[in-house]
Amino acid sequence: MARIELDGLTKKYGQVLAVQSIDLAIGDGEFVVFVGPSGCGKSTTLRMIAGLEDISGGVLKIAGETVNQREPKQRNVAMVFQNYAIYPHMTVGQNIGFGLYTSKLSKAEKQERILETARILGLEELLDRRPAALSGGQRQRVAIGRAMVRDPVAFLFDEPLSNLDAQLRSAMRIEIKRLHQRLGTTVVYVTHDQVEAMTMADRIVVMRDGRILQVGTPVELYENPVDVFTARFIGSPAMNLVPGRIDEGVLALPGATLSGVDASEVSGGDVLVGVRPHDLVIGEADGGGLTVSGLVTAAEPLGSETLVHLDIAGTEAIATAPGRVIPAVDSTVTAAAAPGSLYLFDAKTERALGRL
Amino acid sequence: MTTMAAPTTELAANGRDIRPGRIVTWTLLLIGGLVMITPLAFMFSTSLKSAGQVYDLRLIPAQPTLDNYIKVLSDGRFLRWFVNSTLVATAVTLSNVFFDSLVGYTLAKFQFRGRYFIFLAILSTLMIPTEMLVIPWYLMSSQLGWLDTYWGIMFPGMMTAFGTFLMKQFFETVPDDFLEAARVDGLNEFTIWWKIAMPMVTPAISALAIFTFLGNWTAFFWPLIVTTSRELYTLPVGLSSFAVEQSIQWEMIMTGAALATVPTLIVFLVLQRFIVRGVMLAGLKG
Repeated sequence: MARIELDGLTKKYGQVLAVQSIDLAIGDGEFVVFVGPSGCGKSTTLRMIAGLEDISGGVLKIAGETVNQREPKQRNVAMVFQNYAIYPHMTVGQNIGFGLYTSKLSKAEKQERILETARILGLEELLDRRPAALSGGQRQRVAIGRAMVRDPVAFLFDEPLSNLDAQLRSAMRIEIKRLHQRLGTTVVYVTHDQVEAMTMADRIVVMRDGRILQVGTPVELYENPVDVFTARFIGSPAMNLVPGRIDEGVLALPGATLSGVDASEVSGGDVLVGVRPHDLVIGEADGGGLTVSGLVTAAEPLGSETLVHLDIAGTEAIATAPGRVIPAVDSTVTAAAAPGSLYLFDAKTERALGRL
Repeated sequence: MTTMAAPTTELAANGRDIRPGRIVTWTLLLIGGLVMITPLAFMFSTSLKSAGQVYDLRLIPAQPTLDNYIKVLSDGRFLRWFVNSTLVATAVTLSNVFFDSLVGYTLAKFQFRGRYFIFLAILSTLMIPTEMLVIPWYLMSSQLGWLDTYWGIMFPGMMTAFGTFLMKQFFETVPDDFLEAARVDGLNEFTIWWKIAMPMVTPAISALAIFTFLGNWTAFFWPLIVTTSRELYTLPVGLSSFAVEQSIQWEMIMTGAALATVPTLIVFLVLQRFIVRGVMLAGLKG
């Protein structure tokens, strides 16, 4: 276990800044998830921590020691790749044992470690099989086993579940989380899937264009996004955004009636008003908040709830309805958001202004 | 409908599809096959004939005999040439597999200044015909005292541009994740190449080994030039001496040639399964 500190970490490819001076301290035993769209620099950051990319600027410390110039093997971190990268010419046992290739343990001790790792991951029966004879989930477990067997100070995961189907991904998510709870090793995990980030992380790091936009617990990010990007990125379905304008403390929205809202604390001007689909519920409001009327363009019944796509005065939005309520397409419905569930953003800077 | 369906069913039942295109294909393949196999058939046929029957062009000898085989195999010279050829072809093959792969891997997987230029320089040597190289090779061998030595026979082929090119192309298909995983696991670069990358390109290694072995097993021109002692002759050079010294002993040449096909067949049979078995993607996403 180890603390990982990134101090002004920078990566340049020629003139292109892939990672722009990021600062972050990852606590001992913490599970930190880097999330962001493709090309945001999250994988590059992870690879710099692993030692697979040279660091162009800044300082990287693992367990209190600066490791900028150290080879990957000297950092004692283990990495799990998106494509598993388990060696096809070796059996499961040999693959797991390969993590101990440079270890000075005796053969018997190595074998014991391999068996223990295989037992934890439920791979004991598969030790003599080749990767070709394994399912996707089993292959990923072997890759995790190869990382685990070394007892590293930190695990680095680079989109490890992206190639699995939805059901398996969900099962592996829980498995990795349990493993972390059991081992207590620091984990740095990269994904573009916000659901993975929300469900697994102690803290989430949202990245965009090589910069960190926000760091916080999943609930903090969900409740208090610092800007439009984070607000839209975290939460599924994504937050609805409607352009509006504040004049003399009154918020005007297209096709919406706003009742009992005090917008005086927000300075005037163009704003974006955000409301999460789960906060915009089909039906009349009771006790203030935002009420809108819209034309139903599509309905997606999910069993427990129904996602209702609305056209509100030319603006697309998604609302939710209880599972058994499926509004007819082309019908007009009313949806309401309770007070405190609206997010205000500056239309120009896209920075958060507060909640209404 | 019934009348239309009947012939189709019949064809399907026979398992034969007699489309004109297929007839042309079969005919061409048959001709190609005959062209390939006729000289081989005559070689084996002649090896079973006595000296007097050699010009009797019947494919199946009137009085087949194994005397030629006994004569050739009991002739110490033949065995010596056979061993020489085996030694030379094996050493050159191993050298090619090692060095071509090493250079190919370096060119495929490492970013360094001049990489492209080096690759082009290696590739450009493919455009120089062997005949042009023989004189410099000979002068070099002469100056370095390599004439009439095993090393003299082997050195020009110890590493080839073709092999380097072939291996580079194959190593480029090995996903970097494998190599990076090994790097994080603590392996040094040479071990990564040897333990991880090499096993993933076994089809290419097998193909390179087969080509190199066959090329060197049948090599005639350079071994003829560089060797003068009969003890250092390779098999093709030795067999050709049957034609020069004691008139042309076709039956002996053909018997030697028939025996010479055995190692090449063994090499091919042993290595071909590696070519067919592509293992590389098995460790990646399914």
